[in-house]
Amino acid sequence: MEYLLLIISAVLVNNFVLSRFLGCCPFLGVSKKLSTALGMSGAVIFVMALASAATWCLQKFLLEPLGLDKFLQTLSFILVIASLVQLIDIVMKRFAPPLHAALGIFLPLITTNCAVLGVSVLNMQEGYGFVKSVVFGTAAAVGFSLALLIFTGLREKIERADPPRCFKGVSIALVTAGLLSLAFMGFSGLVK
Amino acid sequence: MDPIILNSTLWIGGIGLVSAVALAIAEKYLSTPEDPRIGKVTELLPGANCGGCGFAGCADYARAIVTQDAECNQCAPGGAASATAIAAFLGRTVAALEKRSALVLCCGDDTEATRRADYNGINDCAAAQATAGGDKGCTYGCLGYGTCARVCPVNAISVVNGLARVDKDKCIACGKCVAACPRKIIRLVPADAGIHVLCSSKDKGPAVKKVCGTGCIGCRICTKFADGAIAMDGFLAVVDYSKPLTNEETIAKCPAHCIRKA
Repeated sequence: MEYLLLIISAVLVNNFVLSRFLGCCPFLGVSKKLSTALGMSGAVIFVMALASAATWCLQKFLLEPLGLDKFLQTLSFILVIASLVQLIDIVMKRFAPPLHAALGIFLPLITTNCAVLGVSVLNMQEGYGFVKSVVFGTAAAVGFSLALLIFTGLREKIERADPPRCFKGVSIALVTAGLLSLAFMGFSGLVK
Repeated sequence: MDPIILNSTLWIGGIGLVSAVALAIAEKYLSTPEDPRIGKVTELLPGANCGGCGFAGCADYARAIVTQDAECNQCAPGGAASATAIAAFLGRTVAALEKRSALVLCCGDDTEATRRADYNGINDCAAAQATAGGDKGCTYGCLGYGTCARVCPVNAISVVNGLARVDKDKCIACGKCVAACPRKIIRLVPADAGIHVLCSSKDKGPAVKKVCGTGCIGCRICTKFADGAIAMDGFLAVVDYSKPLTNEETIAKCPAHCIRKA
C-alpha cells in the first residue's frame, strides 16, 4: 500500500514535469513526434531508475561516512550519473544493439538533466531506503513519460490545427503545456 | 588549509578518476569495432557535411552506405566522381545522380512587389515571418532578408533588390536553403531545366495583382503551350520537371511575366 501510494503520488499528483517543473527541456524539445517521444520516455525511465540506485549507494557508502553529503551531493551525483550512463551506453552498444538503436541517442542527452538530478536529491531529502528510492525514481520517470506522451499527442494534433498567426509554433505549445499542468492540478489532494 | 576543502577536492577528484579509468577500460575492451570500410567511404566523400543526402553528415552517410545498403549516388557536392569511386570500392553498380540546383520560386523584387509595412526587426526572414506574417504584401513571396543566403555553405545565394537569387553554377543542391526558408518557396529543380514559373502565390488573380506586378494570376494560358509540362494548382501554374519544357512561347505568352528563363 505504501509503495502504491508512492507510485501514484510520483506519477500523477506530484508529476515531475507538470507540478514540480523538472525536465522541461526534453518535455518541450522532443515532443514533436510520437516516435522520438517514445524513445525519450524509455531512456528517461532507464536512466532515472539507474541514477536513483547509483546515487543512493554513493550517498550512503561514501558521502555520509565522510561527512561530505551536505555540499558535495550535487557535484558528485552529476559526475557519477554521467559516467555511469556513458558506461552503459558503451556496454549496450556491444551487447544489445537493438536496445541501443532505440535509446542510444537519447541517453547522452539526459545524463545531466534536472529531472535525473532532481529525483536523486529528492530521494535523499525524503530519506528513502534503497528499494524505495528505485521505486520512486522509476515512478517519477513514468510520470514524466506520461506527461511527455500526452503532450506529444496534443502537439501533433495542434500542428494540423490553425491557431491565430501569433500563436503558431512554440507559443501554442507553451499554452498547451500550461493547460495540461492545470489539468494535472486536479489530482492534488488524491495522495498527501 | 581547512581539511574539509582538501578532503572534498580529493574525493571528487578520486571519484572522477575512478569513473574516467572505468570508461577508458570499457572503451578499450567493450566498445564495438566499426567496419573499416566505413572510414574508407567517408574519405571518398567530399567531407562537406552538408546533409544534402538526407543523413547527418558524411560519416553517417558512409555508415548507411556500408551497413544499410543506401544508394551511393546521393552526394550532390561529390557528384558522379565520388559515387563511382565508392561504387568501385564496394564493388557495386551505380546510376549517376541527376544534377539539381535550388530555385527561389518568386520574382517579385522590391520594384514589382509591394511591402505592406516597415519592418525594422531582426534581419532574418523567419523573424520577419513571425512578426504578423511578414512585411511583404504577398504572403507567399520572398521576404528578402537572406536567411537562405546565410545557411548556404557555398555562398551561392545573393539577395538583390529584396529578392533571393541562386547562382546555379555554385549551387551544390544540399537543400539547406529549402529547409531554412520560412515561406517554403525554394525548390530543388533539375539544373538543366530552362523555363520556370517564378511565383508561389496561390491567391486569385485580382488579389495577386494588388500586391505584385509579376505574380501568377492563374489565367492558364501557359498550359496551352507547355505540352503538359505546366499544371495548375488552384490559381498557380506549377512546372512538372519530369516532362520537357522547351517551348519559348510560354515565356512570351505569360501576361504576368512570371515565366522566365533561369
